[in-house]
Amino acid sequence: MREGQNAREERWRRRSDRWAHRVIFVLSLTAIMTIVLIFIFIFREALPILTNPEIQREASLRHFFHPMEGPDLASRYMWQPVALVPKYSLIPLILGTLKTTLVALGIAAPLAIAAALYTSEFAPPRIRELIKPAIELLAGIPSVVLGFFALIVLATWMHRLFGFETRLNAITAGTALALALIPIIYTVSEDALNAVPRSLREASLALGATRWQTATRVVLPAASPGVFASLVLGFGRAVGETMIVLMASGNAAITSWRFTDSVRTLAATIAAELGEVVFGSPHYHVLFFIGALLFVVTFAVNSVGVYIIHRVQLRLRGER
Amino acid sequence: MVKFGTIRETAREPARAPDPQTTPLPVKVQVERFSFYYGDVRVLHEITLGFPRNQVTALIGPSGCGKTTLLRAINRMNDLIPDTRAEGRILLDGENIYDPQVDVVRLRRRVGMVFQRSNPFPKTIFENVAYGLRVNGLVRNRRELQERVEESLRQAALWDEVKDRLHESALALSGGQQQRLCIARALAVRPEVLLLDEPASALDPIATEKIEELIAELKRHYTIIIVTHNMQQAARVSDYTAFLWMGHLVEFNQTEKLFTVPREKLTEDYLTGRFG
Repeated sequence: MREGQNAREERWRRRSDRWAHRVIFVLSLTAIMTIVLIFIFIFREALPILTNPEIQREASLRHFFHPMEGPDLASRYMWQPVALVPKYSLIPLILGTLKTTLVALGIAAPLAIAAALYTSEFAPPRIRELIKPAIELLAGIPSVVLGFFALIVLATWMHRLFGFETRLNAITAGTALALALIPIIYTVSEDALNAVPRSLREASLALGATRWQTATRVVLPAASPGVFASLVLGFGRAVGETMIVLMASGNAAITSWRFTDSVRTLAATIAAELGEVVFGSPHYHVLFFIGALLFVVTFAVNSVGVYIIHRVQLRLRGER
Repeated sequence: MVKFGTIRETAREPARAPDPQTTPLPVKVQVERFSFYYGDVRVLHEITLGFPRNQVTALIGPSGCGKTTLLRAINRMNDLIPDTRAEGRILLDGENIYDPQVDVVRLRRRVGMVFQRSNPFPKTIFENVAYGLRVNGLVRNRRELQERVEESLRQAALWDEVKDRLHESALALSGGQQQRLCIARALAVRPEVLLLDEPASALDPIATEKIEELIAELKRHYTIIIVTHNMQQAARVSDYTAFLWMGHLVEFNQTEKLFTVPREKLTEDYLTGRFG
């Protein structure tokens, strides 16, 4: 009697365990499949650029990257998709994306890493408990709010401060974008710095090193894989971020090296134009091609980042 | 609790300090009525004892008796733990290291430390030893740096094993080698006192033997204070031994005497394994 009950319980336990396995497997498969399907959809819509001759007459890789006839840089590379003769050069968009990303990372990386170093190495516990959640809260601000702030307030300040020719430009957009990057870079860097064992700090201090020397020569190098990962994540966010740059960059696709010109980024272009594009037109496929391009670039940067992080970790652990 | 009271009494007696007749040696580190608190908890009770120069002194006692806290008080490593407080004085060559004017960074250069778990930096072997020299600006050029690194590695009896792989990661070394590297790293800045916090507790017997031989060798140049939970080790390596129990100094004497004719009943009980 008891034997039978035990066996029944055992069977039930095994069966419920098996079902839990199946449910979790299906759930994770769903998540992965969603991503794969998005991936397939974007690339399918971008494919005609490479395969359909009719589309290619108007928009092909040649149109994207080759210069046209023109007296200066700006007229050789133009993005005018709805002109009488549409021009699809991606160069101004790529350049615009690079410029805002560069400005954003240039501002956010030093600030966020310095803040992380301060909270993990120097701040008294009470101040750390104040700063950490405050910066992390910054991540919760919707990017449309940051964009709005940049458009209405920040742009005016910076315009007055620096006397820009155009109010909305790469520097303004990049500065606003930096606000979105700081919490990402800060959080990941801070975690990495905190993960450095206390014994290393003690070893350094016991040798007569100052706290600053300990922080910069022992803790930061030991945390470098994590800090680098935070920069990779920040880069991905900067390239992909849409709303802030859409609102604060001026959205003029000007091919120039000057950071004080208005810019239009790849992501903002998709957001601004996809809603009104003729379905199935060359312009439509070009926008998907841009999406695929963004996908590939962020994927490549992430992969290279992961590889470098892995190499540095091996070196730190002394396996290479 | 009655026992507790008696300990406190005896701990206050000035006789706890090394008796000039039994220890004619000059004192390098003098601890005077030193107490230490974690928050409101007092973990060291008015400790008074003198560590003789160029000798090895062992601190023994059961877990939680305060031996590591006392050791870490001597280079003010406890300062790093928030919400702690020290009372009394510790004199290094007659100078109170708890004086507010003391530069802690300079103090730690004079009082080196090796930790229980070897903790080499994730850098090369060379850079590990060179670190203290670099941060303290103790060498003028590359050649001098190389000489000091080699000298330190030789002192730590590690040179022959690593001389061909100085620029490989320190983390590729074995546990015993890593600990000797940590000793070399501490020696490189030429401290006057060397604090060892159970330096061999994570090592196998052969590596332990090497560390113990090294300690015997090093005492010619350094004043060594070693915390150990291993009484055989204390008997083997030290000249003097202090027995701590629940934050009180119970007995301090020449190792030979303390181990053969302990003055206190508590010491005897501990040594014979009746508790601890």
